[in-house]
Amino acid sequence: MSRISEEEVRHVAHLARLAVTDEEVHQFKKSLDEIITYAELLNEVDTENVEPTSHVLDMKNVMREDIPSKGLPQEEVLKNAPEHENGQIKVPSIIE
Amino acid sequence: MSLFDQKLSVLHERLQKKEISVSDLVDESYRRIEQVEDKVGAFLTLDEERARLKAQELDQKLGTDEAKGLLFGMPIGIKDNIVTRDLRTTCASKILDNFNPIYDATVVQKLQAAESITIGKLNMDEFAMGSSTENSGFQKTKNPWDLETVPGGSSGGSAAAVAAGEVPFSLGSDTGGSIRQPASFCGVVGLKPTYGRVSRFGLVAFASSLDQIGPVTKTVEDNAYLLQAIAGIDPMDSTSVNVDVPNFVQSLTGDVKGLKIAVPKEYIGEGVKEEVKQSVLDALKILEKLGATWEEVSLPHSKYALATYYLLSSSEASANLARFDGVRYGYRSPNADTLMNLYKNTRAEGFGDEVKRRIMLGTFALSSGYYDAYYKKAQKVRTLIKQDFENIFEKYDVIIGPTTPTPAFKMGENTADPMTMYRNDILTIPVNLAGVPGISVPCGFSNGLPLGLQIIGKHFDERTVYRVAHAFEQATDFHKQKPQL
Repeated sequence: MSRISEEEVRHVAHLARLAVTDEEVHQFKKSLDEIITYAELLNEVDTENVEPTSHVLDMKNVMREDIPSKGLPQEEVLKNAPEHENGQIKVPSIIE
Repeated sequence: MSLFDQKLSVLHERLQKKEISVSDLVDESYRRIEQVEDKVGAFLTLDEERARLKAQELDQKLGTDEAKGLLFGMPIGIKDNIVTRDLRTTCASKILDNFNPIYDATVVQKLQAAESITIGKLNMDEFAMGSSTENSGFQKTKNPWDLETVPGGSSGGSAAAVAAGEVPFSLGSDTGGSIRQPASFCGVVGLKPTYGRVSRFGLVAFASSLDQIGPVTKTVEDNAYLLQAIAGIDPMDSTSVNVDVPNFVQSLTGDVKGLKIAVPKEYIGEGVKEEVKQSVLDALKILEKLGATWEEVSLPHSKYALATYYLLSSSEASANLARFDGVRYGYRSPNADTLMNLYKNTRAEGFGDEVKRRIMLGTFALSSGYYDAYYKKAQKVRTLIKQDFENIFEKYDVIIGPTTPTPAFKMGENTADPMTMYRNDILTIPVNLAGVPGISVPCGFSNGLPLGLQIIGKHFDERTVYRVAHAFEQATDFHKQKPQL
């Protein structure tokens, strides 16, 4: 049985903000199914009472002095922007 | 004979005596690139004009106190996921084709402060996702030992450029083996430092809890010098660690008497090619002769490392790569009427297949209803894998095994099936999951293709890793072999 349906693939693609063709949906369903099936190998490991590791070293909140410093110059920040106008980055209109 | 056949300390001494100039070193790089780059394809961008100007400027300082630093005037190649100010940085992705960073990564700042010279940016698998550099959005890099085989990945350009003599040193990055595996395939030395040893500021993030920058060189000594230059805590990376940076080169004593080596049976068992296994056993004999002892041990959760890694690294990647949306920098799709379509089409047109596949896997593993079953489960198994290493390191100084289960494979051989490609990394991935340091050093050949010995150490004990790697290297001459190009 497949671990993931085409509908789920489309939903995940939307969450990931990826436009997908029908052909890609089909491909992703196949390869994700294979990888997820393989990943279910982990189910055989007993992880009762095991703490999850999100970071390998024993670090807690890392603090620094809050010292104000200069931001980046506007022309630098806009240098790589695909479209900009009047010192602002331009995108398609989002308000009617 | 090439200038780059000499180790860093010799080149440094010859610069001091003015037997050679910085311009000679930079000339040697570009001459060799001119000669072999058509075949190897290691570089995505060259910085020739600035490099030559910088060389002339540094030549004026030769003979003065300003030229005393070890990296002074040394040509270096940088993997293209490490940002360089005003020098195109693409991560080998079409989505960053036109990206010119406005700052330097901390490692680049450090190399510049040491007055080394950036020759160019090196090819890789797109966003460091891959094991062959075949996933580059721009070009394929070939293994200098056999142009029909892959150089490994994702730091394939970094390893191939050093093996081909285009640069004497380079930087790569390693998330699941991306420095060690290509170093092994190309017959060079590559180190993944302890997680937190080197600042990740300016390394375009793939999987933040696993990524580390590290050096690729021809010898262990050169590698230690390069790590010395880039290591240390950085206020810009809160995961870099405030521990002493010892003198790594001083630890290269050649003495391994009394050293206790653990050899995990899982690393020389099923799936590992016979000649690879044999090269490790031969290496252990050499280390035994030098006074070390070894025993077979078990890392019982090794078989779960690959699945754990793909769930965790893809989950982290799906979040990290959300920033590539066509708004502030990089490629923007011309086919978009709404903001949503701008995001979706930009990402669909800008990312390659493997990157999309991992973003999809990661988004799925983190999505509501699946988070506990996949992501959290993998984090728990990661704890067990980490504990496997801790248990072994209570009794042993280092863990030794092969870097990869096979020598370099043919181009195209593993591209059809992602799972086959992923299996290449089964021996390197656990090291990233545990956060410990690991090195690959040349340890033999199979049908003319290099093999690599992997030496793994305790957290922040790169000194012992280097000491063992150096003692082995000095007792063999694999590192002196060069590919015929």
